[in-house]
Parts: sequence; structure tokens; C-alpha cells
Amino acid sequence: MNALKSHLLRLAPQIVVLIAVVLLISLAFPDFLTLQMQNGRIYGSLIDVLNRGAPVALLAIGMTIVIATRGIDLSVGAVMAICGAVAAASITSGHSLVYTLALALAVGMLCGLWNGILVAVLDIQPIIATLVLMVAGRGIAQLITEGAILTFNDAGLIFIGSGSFLGLPMPVVIWLVFGIAITLLVRRTALGMLVEALGINRRASTLSGVSTGVLLIAAYILSGLCAAIAGIIAAADIKGADANNAGLWLELDAILAVVVGGNSLLGGRFSIAASLLGAMIIQAINTGILLSGFPPEFNLIIKAAIIVLILVVQSPRVRDLLAWFGRSASREAAVKQEVK
Amino acid sequence: MQGNDDIILSATGIEKVFPGAKALNNVNFQLRRGEVHALLGENGAGKSTLVKCITGAYRRDGGKLVLDGAEIDPRDTFEAQRLGIGTVYQEVNLLPNLTVAENLFLGRQPRRFGLVDAAEMNRRARALLSGYELDVDVRTELSSCSVAVQQVVAIARAVDLSGKVLILDEPTASLDAHEVEMLFAIVRRLKSQGLGVIFITHFLEQVYAICDRITVLRNGQLVGTRDAAALPRRELIAMMLGRELGDEIKQAGNAQASEGAVRYRFRGYGRKGHIAPFDLEVRKGEVVGVAGLLGSGRTETAEILFGAEKADSGTAEVDGKPIDISSPRTAIRHRFGFCPEDRKTDGIIGDLSVRENIALALQARRGWARPISRAEQDRLADRYIAALDIRTSDREKPIRLLSGGNQQKAILARWLATNPEFLILDEPTRGIDVGAHAEIIRLIENLCEQGMSLIVISSELDELVAYSRRVIVLRDRAHVSELVGEEVTTSHIVEAIAAADKREAGQ
Repeated sequence: MNALKSHLLRLAPQIVVLIAVVLLISLAFPDFLTLQMQNGRIYGSLIDVLNRGAPVALLAIGMTIVIATRGIDLSVGAVMAICGAVAAASITSGHSLVYTLALALAVGMLCGLWNGILVAVLDIQPIIATLVLMVAGRGIAQLITEGAILTFNDAGLIFIGSGSFLGLPMPVVIWLVFGIAITLLVRRTALGMLVEALGINRRASTLSGVSTGVLLIAAYILSGLCAAIAGIIAAADIKGADANNAGLWLELDAILAVVVGGNSLLGGRFSIAASLLGAMIIQAINTGILLSGFPPEFNLIIKAAIIVLILVVQSPRVRDLLAWFGRSASREAAVKQEVK
Repeated sequence: MQGNDDIILSATGIEKVFPGAKALNNVNFQLRRGEVHALLGENGAGKSTLVKCITGAYRRDGGKLVLDGAEIDPRDTFEAQRLGIGTVYQEVNLLPNLTVAENLFLGRQPRRFGLVDAAEMNRRARALLSGYELDVDVRTELSSCSVAVQQVVAIARAVDLSGKVLILDEPTASLDAHEVEMLFAIVRRLKSQGLGVIFITHFLEQVYAICDRITVLRNGQLVGTRDAAALPRRELIAMMLGRELGDEIKQAGNAQASEGAVRYRFRGYGRKGHIAPFDLEVRKGEVVGVAGLLGSGRTETAEILFGAEKADSGTAEVDGKPIDISSPRTAIRHRFGFCPEDRKTDGIIGDLSVRENIALALQARRGWARPISRAEQDRLADRYIAALDIRTSDREKPIRLLSGGNQQKAILARWLATNPEFLILDEPTRGIDVGAHAEIIRLIENLCEQGMSLIVISSELDELVAYSRRVIVLRDRAHVSELVGEEVTTSHIVEAIAAADKREAGQ
């Protein structure tokens, strides 16, 4: 009971911001909140937000763990492109859907293994280590697609991008289920605590017997797996693998989602749920701006301004300041009471 | 007694309190004009805290500072510099990408028409350095100079800015013998100009080579100030490590420890560059003390025994069976535990709660797939918070908010929770207050009675003597001597350290 309460308290800022953003948009566009059932499937702008936000949400799951280890993974956008290309190439050359999915996921995990070895074994700074694959990855994807957009029309693969399950679009189902599964995995086992210990003080953790090297590599492998799933969804969505644009700049959105989720870039304490809320906040802003009909050239600036606002409200300085105001207000109240 | 006007800097009754520990307790220190004054003590004795109080880097909590007859109260190092107190640190704090001249005149460059007058600056820099017998072009970048030259440039800048008191904080740590000589020549010249120099170092030979007087601190307290010429090396070591010479109290209790079978046996165990190969035997229920000066290989011994550093020679055995301890994980599997010296970097996981910090090693041994349930963790934490009297408002408090002594006890609890049979404690009582000191010593004795084997490294000799049946003495990264039973007294330990020291000096 107590744990639940402290968990909700941790998520409170993100929940408040998400509700505020949604309310703000619905003030301008009352339609934003309406949901309709058609052909056993729910339609509406809110569902769009959940659906469009799927790649960033998936990336944010892995990114949260990597950042908790005091690392960062810049390569996820490029890994998305690689895995989308692998899936498209495999399905068009006649392999089965299961084989294709397994292959694409394995390639994503292999990319993560590469990053993990650079970081954990060779002790290269994560930002540099993953930059290598960020730059090279898109080249690898282009080699796989031979420079063209590799289209396919396998119904099974397309279903992952645009099908629906229990009325929800497949991408939404996938990121929700995967997010819950990973959260349970790290919180129902000791993994979460060990990852946090590793992120806060790697040397002290090693001296306490934590297998820090293995944990680090596992974190990057998970990030690669998340990127692979996101890459398959992105390719299935457009029925083709676009090596140039699939997942472009999404690594930055994923990092942003983690930060908006209130996780420290210095590692340690983390919350996957908060990062997922962060991803939805970012997507709600994106969708809201699109709906608003502003000239598209304003989009990025408006998005940046809103995010700066969110980060300012979350910054330790402002929080201290608010706490100080709160204290002095209660002090004044106390003084008034005494005067009476 | 010399006249009062000889004193250029006097600090009286300096107090500094950190959360949980008194870093300086009523320390008096006087520096004369034209003397080199060594400030000595083990790590955590309070040397750097005293220096920081003098230079304004820390706000002192009590006491008076008088410089040149006037009371001063520097708020930061800049103010201290302006008043006349300059400091040079071991890590040169200059800007390596600027030229020598720019470094010398940083923040006060000569100007012409509002722009830096480079020619004038270089001319003045050459004039300034002319007194230092340096053959260096002032227009070269500082980073292309040797560390020794950088050190001299730092000194020249500090003297030029301040000019009354110069504090040298381990300036020779990264210099070779020839460079040290060059530095000393400069210090002697500054001394003859009437500057007061405070010299902090760990090299006793250097102390005797250049210092006029010596002040020793231990545990934040003044042990004494003596003339270097009248203080034999042996006595100096005794001052630094505690216990006056001739104090022969042999604690009862440790002498009758059982003569059981050897449980842990290390033969020819060592690692190049860290610690020379050594033999070590530890019995069940025995405390083996490790003594030596800073840098003698104490911590290196602990790290190699725990697998934090891999041994490259020798064998390890438990109960006659060879074991492999090539990493902390394998050592822990053999029920080893290790409380490191540097709690902040090697011990605590600052942002995690006291509960999680206590459960960490046990959890790591069980593996991630078998989590310790929350209820079990709570029980574990509560049990050790009560047993070791860890003072915390509750078990969910981040451990970094606890005082040093309580952090130390929490780390001890982390290991006790794993039911260790062989525990290595590196400076378990460093930097914690006197009350916690006594508790930890009592705990060590209890553990030993329960049959645990312990290795305790400490620079507090009287503590070592109190609980050890055997003491290993280290010097220059090698085990040089072993004292057993009746031989374990503070004066024997000091003699063993000093004997090795003299042998070296005589070479």
C-alpha cells in the first residue's frame, strides 16, 4: 500500500503534465477527446497519440535502463533502420514471418551487444561508443536495402503496423505489453536495484559482488531489442523499409522522454512508467501542434518551448524555490495564527 | 622562545565540524617568518582541513587567525591570496592551454588601450621568473612544460600574488629526485626572503631535508610542534601513528587467542607494481593487524586478498584446499568480505536507502533472479540498524545523508548480512567520531570471538595492538616484518616501520 502511494507520488508530475497538455489541446479542439467504435476498433485523437508514440515509447523503455546505468544509447534510431531493413529484406526474399521477426530482433540485440562490449569491456564512454553505431548504422541499413525503399506486402508483417487487437492498434498493444513485462522483470527480480546500484556507484557495486559488466551489457542488449521492435513497427506501418528516414532523430526523442519522465541522466533511480508517460507527453504535444494548423515550420519551436517549460518546472532549483515559498507561506500562516 | 614579531601567521583554537565528525578540535598552529614548517599526519588527520580553514576554502567553526599582527577572516581563497596567503596544490591548478606568461598574469594582465599588452606581459613574466633559475620561454604553452616547471610557475604566481605565506600541498608527489632538488632550492631562496612556508608531504626524508619545524596532527587534534633537528624519525612516526614511545600497555585479551589450525593461507601472493609477493596465514577467530605508513601497500594488500586486484603470483588456500579469488565475486563466494578505506567512492551507494545498501552484497550473491523479498530486506535492515546502532531516522533514508561513522557501520552490516567467514577491514575507524570508534572496536572483538577471521588495516596503532594477536608491518609495498603475541606493542610496530625507513635512508 505504502509502496503504491510512493510510486504514484513519483509519477505525479508526469501525470499532471500529461493531463494538462491533453486538456489544453481539447480546449482548442473539443474533438480531441472523442472516441468512436468502428468495425470493432476504437478511433480518435487520443488513440492516435498512443499509436504514433509507439516507437518513442519502446525506445524509451530501453533508454531508461541504459540511462539508469549512467550510460546513454545514441544508436537506437539507426538500429531501428537496420532492423526494419532486415525485416523487409527477409520477408521479400520469401522467409516466413516468424523467421523474419526472430532475425530482426536478433540483429537488434546483436547491435546492443556490440554497444555493451564497447562500454563495459573496453570502457569507452557510452556517448562515444554508441555514436559509432549511430553513424555507421544508417549506412548498414542502406547497404541492406541497396539504397532504395524496400517495400513488401506480407499481410502478417503489415498487421504489426496497422492491425488491431481488442480494439487497440497493434503498436499500442505491443508497447504497453512490453513496457509492463520489462517493468515486472526489473521490479519483481533484483535487477532494478542492481542496475540502480551500478549506475550510482559502479566500483562500490563491483566490490559488493554485483556483476556490473554483465549487467551493463544486458542493458544495452535490451535497448537494442527495444529498437528492433520499434524498427519493425515503423517499417510495417509504411509497408517498407526506409533506411534514410526510419527512426531518424528518434534517439533524441527517446532521451527526452526519459528526462521528461524525471529520470536523472546521471544514472541511478529510474521509473519506466514515468518514461512512458514522458513519451506520451511528447507525442501529445506533436499531435496537438499538427491539429492546431500552425504552419509546420513552427512545430519544432513550439515543441521545444513546451519542453523547456516542463523541464524548468522539474528543475531542482525551481523545486527548491517552490518548496521555499511553500514553507514561508506556512510560516506566515503560523505567525498569523499566533497573532490571533 | 622567539619574539612574537617573528610569527607571521598564527592560528589558535581552530575548530571545524563536519556532519558526524569533528575534523579539527582546538588546533593551534604558528608559522614564523623565514621558516619551512612541515604539516604532517596520516590521511584524515586534518592537514588539508586546517589548510583549507587558513585559506578560506572552508569556513572554520571556531578559533582565530592572525596574519602579520592583524586578525583576518578570509571568506574564500581569493581573499586569502589578497591578504598574502598563497597555495600551490599537488595537481597544478593553472590553465595548461595558456602560455607561461599568461598563467602568471591571469586576471591582471597589463593593458594598453584596453587590450592585453602581450609584450609588456612577457617582459614582466621574464623579470618575475628570473629569480627562479628557470630556463623557459614565457611564450610557450604551459602544457608543454614538465610538471616540475609547471609547479615552479604556480609557486611564482602564488608568491607574486601573496608574498607572506606560501602553502605547498604535496608539491613533490609527482616529481623525480632531481626536480625535487630544484624545487627545494627555490623554497630555500623564498625562505631567505622571509616568506613563511607550510609544507605538506608524505615523504619523511623530504621533511628532514628542508623543514625547520614540524607540526603533527592526528584525528583532528594537535599532537605537537617540534624542531625538526631535535625530533628523531622514530619519534616522529610515533607521533603520527599515535601512542608516545615507551608506552607499553599490552592489552590482555588478544594474547590468549587460540592456536588453532591455519584456515587461510596465502603463499607468495602479490602483484607487480602493487604489492611484493607475501606469505600470510590467518587462523579461525584470529585478528591479524596490518600496519605501515600511507603508501606502504596497506590498501593494496587488502585489494589483492579480496580479488579487487588480480594477483599475478602465488596461491591462496582455505582449509588446505586451493581457491581462486580473481574477482570480488569469487572471493564473496568463498565467504570473504571487504570494507574499503574510501567509503564514498568504494563503499556506499549514495542514493540508495540504508536498507538497500545493507541488502546489496547478499542480493548480489544470491543472483538477480532470486530477489530478497521486501519484508525480508526490512527485517535484515532493522536487525542490523539495531545491532550496530546505526543512527538513521528510518531505513529508507538515502545512505549519503548519514554521518561517516554510521555509513561505515551500514557497510559493515552489508557484509555481516552475508555471514562472512573472512572479513577484511581497511581503516574501519577513519574519519568517524570517538564514540563510534569504540563501538567498531568492540564489534571487531565480538566477531573474532564468534570465530570469524579478520584482517584489520589501521593507522591507529593503539587500536591495532588492542585487538590483534599478530601484526604485519608494511613498508614500500612489501611485507617487511611480522610481530606475534607478546611482541605486539606500539613501540615495536613503530620500531619496525622506522627500522626499514632507516635502512632505506642509509642506502
